[in-house]
Amino acid sequence: MTLLFTNARLINPDAGTDAMGHLLVQDGAIVSVLNEDAPLPSADRIVDCGGKCLAPGIVDIGVKVCEPGERHKESYKSAGLAAAAGGVTTIVTRPDTLPAIDTPETLEFVTRRAQADAPINVVSMAALTKGREGREMVEIGFMLDAGAVAFSDCDKVVQNAKVFSRALTYAKSCGALVIAHPQEPVLSAGAAATSGKFATLRGLPAVSPMAERMGLDRDIALLEMTGAKYHADQITTARALPALERAKKNGLDITAGTSIHHLTLNELDVADYRTFFKVKPPLRSEEDRLAIVDAVRSGVIDIISSMHTPQDEESKRLPFEEAASGAVALETLLPAALRLYHAGLLDLPTLFRAMSLNPAKRLGLAGGRLKAGAPADLVMFDADVPFVLDRFKLRSKSQNTPYDTQRMQGRVLATFVAGECVFER
Amino acid sequence: MSDAPTYFRQNHLLGIEPLHPLEITEILDLADSYVELNRQTQKHADALAGLTQINMFFENSTRTQASFELAGKRLGADVMNMAMQASSIKKGETLIDTAMTLNAMHPDLLVVRHPHSGAVDLLSQKVNCAVLNAGDGKHEHPTQALLDALTIRRAKGRLHRLNIAICGDIAHSRVARSNLILLGKMENRIRLIGPPTLVPGHFAEFGAEIYDDMHEGLKDVDVVMMLRLQKERMDGGFIPSEREYYHRFGLDADKLAQAKPDAIVMHPGPMNRGVEIDGTIADDINRSVIQEQVEMGVAVRMAAMDLLARNLRSRRQGEAA
Repeated sequence: MTLLFTNARLINPDAGTDAMGHLLVQDGAIVSVLNEDAPLPSADRIVDCGGKCLAPGIVDIGVKVCEPGERHKESYKSAGLAAAAGGVTTIVTRPDTLPAIDTPETLEFVTRRAQADAPINVVSMAALTKGREGREMVEIGFMLDAGAVAFSDCDKVVQNAKVFSRALTYAKSCGALVIAHPQEPVLSAGAAATSGKFATLRGLPAVSPMAERMGLDRDIALLEMTGAKYHADQITTARALPALERAKKNGLDITAGTSIHHLTLNELDVADYRTFFKVKPPLRSEEDRLAIVDAVRSGVIDIISSMHTPQDEESKRLPFEEAASGAVALETLLPAALRLYHAGLLDLPTLFRAMSLNPAKRLGLAGGRLKAGAPADLVMFDADVPFVLDRFKLRSKSQNTPYDTQRMQGRVLATFVAGECVFER
Repeated sequence: MSDAPTYFRQNHLLGIEPLHPLEITEILDLADSYVELNRQTQKHADALAGLTQINMFFENSTRTQASFELAGKRLGADVMNMAMQASSIKKGETLIDTAMTLNAMHPDLLVVRHPHSGAVDLLSQKVNCAVLNAGDGKHEHPTQALLDALTIRRAKGRLHRLNIAICGDIAHSRVARSNLILLGKMENRIRLIGPPTLVPGHFAEFGAEIYDDMHEGLKDVDVVMMLRLQKERMDGGFIPSEREYYHRFGLDADKLAQAKPDAIVMHPGPMNRGVEIDGTIADDINRSVIQEQVEMGVAVRMAAMDLLARNLRSRRQGEAA
């Protein structure tokens, strides 16, 4: 079975190119990438992209699917549909469920649920410590055997440096990737905003942006000690960037991500206590946002994630301090990222380097590339078509998006996983 | 029935931030007339006759609640007090459900105090009556700022181009925020004085000058506003001890001598004597206007509810038509 995409604007993050061409797929894998004037090979099926963009499907690290525990917020089925509609071909799920995914048995349960219900690739992260309580490491070896691609306590920081350093040392011996949330947990406890004029005006409990750098500094010191393989889930402040850059220069095995919300929104968007804009860490100043965009461009920040966090209406219809954190973002990740493209801040190959290539590389997955031999996980999208986002049309079970009623530009036309169309508009 | 307000356009009084200086002046002017009414033996007016006022206090309060209650009663409203701490909140009802339940009883004025910033704002979106913020978390306490403004205007004869010092626990104070915004809008010079742990640097961005020395900060000011040290909002470690705080930041005769000879001393109450203010200064009738503040409180709340009720009536007439 061969499939030929013709007249596509191919976004190739590996080569850093954005050019017209064709793409030949056979049996679920990419066979060749052809330039515009190459003779067209024959194929069983031809998809004429009509000049629209074709890019490697997004690999999204840090998606919360609320199974087990809170299936009313998001299931593998709804998350899978949302991902497909958002051009996300691989979701890397978080273990901060109820209960946490901290045993091989729970991991097997979610793997089975994902295989049964999700039309896209699902790989799972496991908790780093039992119950995400920061006291005892999980069975890292068994969990790796059961398919865990990384270990993370998500937004819970392992406060005890001894526990964390041992977990890092043990994870290193297994070759496991540890994903951490760089944050000084005591300083940031209870914070709902970033300290500054806005938080002061609104009277919200706030945390200094310095808390992120302090968390990162500690983790970097532990990396020097242990040599472990480490990824910082979200770097959101300018102050943390020099330390990150230095650590990379010093040859530590460190990468860093950021969330699409911190790239496209700032603290002022909270306006009159709009709880859909409450995320963790809290939204930052505009200066921080621009510094983070710049760090994505320069490659100091490697990965853009949706940090998809479904919350039901009840958890958000509360006073800002009491409301739950997080936003759904699988379907809005690409349109929101395209804001950075339309603003002239990032080009498309850079965006897909951060959304597809780098996350796949970091997790050792084959996708994320437009290259012979790579799986044909692809997203076809129109980068320019404008629309107004209606949150009630999202496929997620929860609709807590900060982009509701906002004007967006660019949307997914079709999503392919291993050459199979899983979504078509 | 009274006329529509000249400038006041608000449906709710959620904070000072959305108010135009002319709206502030209109409230104060009307409040002046209610001060006269309150000083008579016959104190009744009928501006709120037939209206239902519900006071919902999710946080303990004696004086503010009493002031709102008295203000409503003097204007002829039917006033009900709900002590929310003892009620359904304990049974797990959410703020919005509580609001919807009350809304179904058709109140006209809701006076709300809540421990979380923005909670009153949220509530106002869910009900169709006028909502007055009686203090939300560390956000705003608009009627306190208005009564302080009225007190200053009556004592000083004007509410502009004054040097005003706000001293003490600024960080935890909604009173300080509302006052800072109001006095700024009326074009006064504002100084914030306190230990840096209680006066975060971000306040400089509001156009205030920040001091951590009382002697320096009080030099030549017209108004000294003291704030209560809010021990209940502190999660530890803002000041080393109350006695050191009193020594460095408590208002005593020595520090007050730096201010202008006719400077007035204010405090929103309740006072911690010997912590932020010396008892003899609080009681000095030549300097302290603390009792006047309480008196102005009733008048300002009458004025605010009167104006909101006028807008409410015309809004409802518009809907009916």
